[in-house]
Amino acid sequence: MPESNDKITVTVDGNEVRADPGELIIEVAERAGVFVPRFCYHPRMKPVGMCRMCLVEVSSPRGPSLQPACFVPVADGMEISTESQSVQKAQNGVLEYLLLNHPLDCPVCDKGGECPLQDQTLAYGPGESRQVEEKRHFAKPIPISTLVELDRERCIQCSRCTRFANEIAGEALIDFFGRGEDTEVAIFPGKPFDSYFAGNTVQICPVGALTATPYRFKARPWDLEQVESTCTLCSVGCRIAVQSSANEVVRHLGIDIESVNHSWLCDKGRFGYLAMRSETRILEPSLRENGELVEVSWTDALEKAAALISEAKLVHGPQAIGFIGGARLTNESAYAWTKVAKAVVATDNTDAQLGDGMPAELVLGLPRATISDACKAKKLIVIGEDLKEVAPVLFLRLRPLIEEGKIDLVEFSTHETSLSKLAKASIPLVPGEIGTRVRALIGFIKGTKDAGEGIGIDVQEIKNASQALGSLEDNSDLVVIFSNSSAIENTQDLQAGILALEESFKNAKFMPVLRRSNIFGALDMGLSPNLLPGRVTLSGAKEYYKKQWGSVPEKSGMSALEMLKAASESKLKVLVLLGCDPISDFPDSKLAKDALLKVDTVIFVDSLANSSLDYADIVLPASMDSEREGSFTNLEGRISRISKKVSALGSSWPDWAIASELADALGEDLGFGSLDDIAKEIARLAPAYQGLRSTLSLRSEVDEGILLPVTSTKVEIKRKQGDPMVHLGLISVEHQGAPLKSGASNEPGVYSDEKQKPEIGSTVSLISKSDIKSDINLEPETEASGAKSLRLVVTRRLFDRGTQIYNSPFFRELISEQEVRIHPETASSLGIDNGGKVSISGESKKVSGLVVLDNRVDQSGVVLTWNVSEEDVRLLASDSEKSAHWVEVEN
Amino acid sequence: MAVTSFDPIVSKRLRIPNSHTLEVYLSNDGYVGLKKALSMNPEDVASEVMTASLLGRGGAGFPAGRKWAMLKNDLVKYLVINGDESEPATFKDHELVEKDPHQIIEGTIIAAYALGVTQAFIFCRGEFALGFERLQSALNEAYEYGALGRDIFGSGFSLDMVIHPGAGAYICGEETALLESLEGKRGYPRIKPPFFPAVIGLYGKPTVVNNMETVSNLPWIVINGGAAFAALGEGSSAGTRLFALSGHVNRPGWYEIEMAKTTFRDLIEHPDLGGGIRMGRSLKAFIPGGVSAPWFGPNEMDMPLSQDAVAQAGSMLGSGSVVVMDETTCPVRAAWRITKFFSRESCGQCTPCREGSGWIERTMRRIELGAGRMEDIDLVLDACDNISPGLSWPPKQTTICVLGPSIPSSVNSAITMFRDDFVAHIKDGKCNYA
Ligand SMILES: Cc1cc2nc3c(=O)[nH]c(=O)nc-3n(C[C@H](O)[C@H](O)[C@H](O)COP(=O)(O)O)c2cc1C
Ligand code: SF4
Ligand code: SF4
Ligand code: SF4
Ligand code: FES
Repeated sequence: MPESNDKITVTVDGNEVRADPGELIIEVAERAGVFVPRFCYHPRMKPVGMCRMCLVEVSSPRGPSLQPACFVPVADGMEISTESQSVQKAQNGVLEYLLLNHPLDCPVCDKGGECPLQDQTLAYGPGESRQVEEKRHFAKPIPISTLVELDRERCIQCSRCTRFANEIAGEALIDFFGRGEDTEVAIFPGKPFDSYFAGNTVQICPVGALTATPYRFKARPWDLEQVESTCTLCSVGCRIAVQSSANEVVRHLGIDIESVNHSWLCDKGRFGYLAMRSETRILEPSLRENGELVEVSWTDALEKAAALISEAKLVHGPQAIGFIGGARLTNESAYAWTKVAKAVVATDNTDAQLGDGMPAELVLGLPRATISDACKAKKLIVIGEDLKEVAPVLFLRLRPLIEEGKIDLVEFSTHETSLSKLAKASIPLVPGEIGTRVRALIGFIKGTKDAGEGIGIDVQEIKNASQALGSLEDNSDLVVIFSNSSAIENTQDLQAGILALEESFKNAKFMPVLRRSNIFGALDMGLSPNLLPGRVTLSGAKEYYKKQWGSVPEKSGMSALEMLKAASESKLKVLVLLGCDPISDFPDSKLAKDALLKVDTVIFVDSLANSSLDYADIVLPASMDSEREGSFTNLEGRISRISKKVSALGSSWPDWAIASELADALGEDLGFGSLDDIAKEIARLAPAYQGLRSTLSLRSEVDEGILLPVTSTKVEIKRKQGDPMVHLGLISVEHQGAPLKSGASNEPGVYSDEKQKPEIGSTVSLISKSDIKSDINLEPETEASGAKSLRLVVTRRLFDRGTQIYNSPFFRELISEQEVRIHPETASSLGIDNGGKVSISGESKKVSGLVVLDNRVDQSGVVLTWNVSEEDVRLLASDSEKSAHWVEVEN
Repeated sequence: MAVTSFDPIVSKRLRIPNSHTLEVYLSNDGYVGLKKALSMNPEDVASEVMTASLLGRGGAGFPAGRKWAMLKNDLVKYLVINGDESEPATFKDHELVEKDPHQIIEGTIIAAYALGVTQAFIFCRGEFALGFERLQSALNEAYEYGALGRDIFGSGFSLDMVIHPGAGAYICGEETALLESLEGKRGYPRIKPPFFPAVIGLYGKPTVVNNMETVSNLPWIVINGGAAFAALGEGSSAGTRLFALSGHVNRPGWYEIEMAKTTFRDLIEHPDLGGGIRMGRSLKAFIPGGVSAPWFGPNEMDMPLSQDAVAQAGSMLGSGSVVVMDETTCPVRAAWRITKFFSRESCGQCTPCREGSGWIERTMRRIELGAGRMEDIDLVLDACDNISPGLSWPPKQTTICVLGPSIPSSVNSAITMFRDDFVAHIKDGKCNYA
């Protein structure tokens, strides 16, 4: 750390330490290797100084006094004692007090063995209690949500959970009730702790007061084994510790990573492992015989698959074969599948997105913002989906900063989002109008156009937005986060809006949010038409890869939509589904069904059964997270490790092995005998990944991951000395467990590999702005047709009937009802009441739902939710190539 | 009437019928002080208060003038009047709010004028049903009379005032808990730093918090001048003060007396004041300043009611309530009941106060009921020591606010002064006073 001039000097237990003014005593002491015991303090939340465990003796002109180290900032010349007699007495006293009413049911408590109350009592507390009275009793435990149970007897009233809910998640669903000794954590009557983030409170509770229902009594901490890994349930890529007992994953914990998740997880990620043991797990390869799937050996299945692919290729050419999906794969597996498709089969028909995403060039071609950039930005534009629903922990990182006023938010959304109330301006969106409204704002800022003139939105919002964004000149502190705001339209309109922003705000950075898993890794690995691995285009890197791989597709291939169309016209003969379910996940369900019916062969590579399985001819079981390893690229382009902890169930294989064996059966050797072989090839060939030392990318200590493209051979290992009160339950003593009294810190290290210098751009150039198609049809279909006068919006929720989720028993209850969000004025003109049941009719179908009046819905729009009920909202739309769909709402 | 002769200040209207109405108030010098203040510079008003050496009457006894001088200048700043009076045996604000609400309002307006504040709040204990009602009517009358609102009496000074009922928590009398409560949050005392509401107070803005009685003195001070106030009393204990006398005296009630010129013996025994211990019994102990204060015994009877003298002797005048215990009082029971109060009223933030108060209360109860063990005496003292290390005066603390270190006061006093009584309870397995 560079010495700055305004540092001050304090002494901690007699040793001089340099510190920044304003740093908390607890932090300074920690840097000096002195651990001050604590309960309520959590470095990712504001200190409250409540538990009094961290009292230290501090000198002052009026003599020494006991002060909470977590709350009092250091001052120059301050003398701090953490071990004086009075400190020890206070620590002893606080612990004795905490234990007075504590049930000490450690033997049946999930926390026993990893409990800060146990640990700190051992280190700083009394040997036994002097109390002879009866302890306070409560009924225990009480469920406060489907996932969390509360044991009030064990609670030490540290308020970590309530502060998390309030300060970080912004949902004050739990709070203290009562006063003094009778203080208890409580939910409000009839309102469960239904938060996407409830699991975090379990992780940070310093005792066993909050426990996770799925984990209760599943394991004892000393029986747990652990690896550090990455959550792959969305593209944020939170760092997790995967813990297992008896070869079964029993818990995920969030690891505190400065640049990504600050130790938080969403409950989808935290409990997603429950899907591993679901009944719908596919365990054996199978072939369809006489309409039934029959288990076969891997050899038979692969040979059959290879034979059908070869035949189709021979008869109809490589373009008769297509690969859809791939976001679920690790980078290495995605690379292997790309190589199978593009080098072995020689088709460019690959698409990891399912028609509801964004063009790969737009995603990869803009100057990319990191999560830290977004958190440090002064101005933020969020366009599209509610971030809480599609990138939960990104939302969690941003929300408190917006609430504190550190970030000014301008939001473009189709309905009220979790951030709307905090936004400086909230501009309504409807499909077909995104470009128009973005340009209206820019026009207003430039002064060339009256605010919202003729586009039917509240002028005041445009004015507020323009005020929040300031001038166009200096916008290096602006970050734009964007996603597709409605799942069933094409994204031309969005693309137009983003390009307009890019053009006007020259220094802004962009963060595309695609929700699916490792979608950024899949795109980076070339699983998209016209892409090749390493963020390069087929046209740009054809020669380069031809030299390396021997062959590449001659021409650019089809998107998922085009492949399904071709299949429905019997032009596509073989469809390989790489962990995807077009039947329930493709915007146009009619087309998806038709395509899967008509196509000759469906090769289904996945871990869990889904609706598309019914159409599969060959089923190849893939192993799931924690059964496989590899790397992951998140929405920032940050690569981190996915680790294996348990053996794969049944005969499932990691995807890369399936790809490699299939290539073998096709008579080609991918050259991959191990995962490391692939990692090395990626680092050698894929331009944006060049210089990434394979061993490094797979090292778990590289906590912060590596941001791509690699610009240096040096990677700093930044993990701070572990705080056992942050990393509750994390086992690795080496990395996490700070010795309680004092301790050697893990020196941040620099790992470098001089031999392997990156050769970035030496041969091909990375995808950039110039690759983004700007010949966009800017005249969207905005005409209402007949009686259908409202524009349909279909939004995503974190919990829907998607495969992993619907298969976890604890999540089923979290899937919301079908809501029909509509502007109050539109509702009253249609004679519709809040909470009433209405039906929405579109092209071919009706869907029913409950009305929610929402001021932020455009008056010409109606907002439904994707995949939450039996009724299929997709059937309201004709086809997903349009940029707007019109529907009618009736009582 | 009193021991020294002086014209009563804050209590002068308390015995007049209908003193709570504007009509009676106006015919007894009502709003004269305000009118005079409005004709002065705000700074001059403040300097009169500084000269008066008016000590805060809420408990801490901090000079009002100095507190005002600390108010940070800001576009928005607030004045909050503390009328949450909930300490057992303290009932002087109760009297003032029921019998002379206009005096509180007038004092508040004067303070606001001196401080340049345009929004004031009066936080009044919710259980003062009658007082709260009268305060509200007085406020309405004051608005109608032109003493509140825009351009008060044509002076150009404007002030709005809101009264807010407490919701039944003693801790909301602690000024920062009060501010939290006023903001609509849980009544949790704020942790220091920031050290003074005068810098960061209500809604994060500079705020003066003064007690009801403190501001009730202001009309008189403005009319008669700070020097006249300072001429009463002695040294830092200037002026007169309203004391709530309760317990085993013949004439319990409120008495305005000249500070430092009157002794505890005067207050308790003078025929015009306490009138002596009931039934001719002898004194066992008395609490000089509310149940947070350490106890005094017969030896301290001749001590003057002076803030400094009492502090030097290891206690405080605190909230201005004197509780007299005669020889028939069980000290164990008395200290236990006081501890029970604190245990019920702890806000629960700090481990030592939340858990310690309950444990000490249960142990004291056990001793009182005859189930104590010899080691319990030192145990209780040690438990107290973990809330207030050293059990010294002024107290040290391991807690956020001073409710915590108030718990040991009575327990420590009872044990130190009457250890034999504790031993007897334990040996005899019962309370001999019962
Ligand atoms: C536990 C506790 C309770 C208190 N209750 C009251 C109260 O009811 N009324 C009051 O005026 N001050 C009370 N105080 C004192 C206030 O914190 C504050 O010092 C006072 O209101 C300031 O006004 P003053 O300077 O005019 O005395 C209490 C303090 C503590 C620690
Ligand atoms: S439940 Fe846990 S986290 Fe919440 S206050 Fe109690 S001990 Fe703290
Ligand atoms: S936010 Fe995304 S990456 Fe993080 S835990 Fe949730 S699903 Fe996993
Ligand atoms: S000392 Fe007691 S009343 Fe004061 S803040 Fe702490 S717990 Fe609350
Ligand atoms: S008071 Fe500092 S950790 Fe709780």
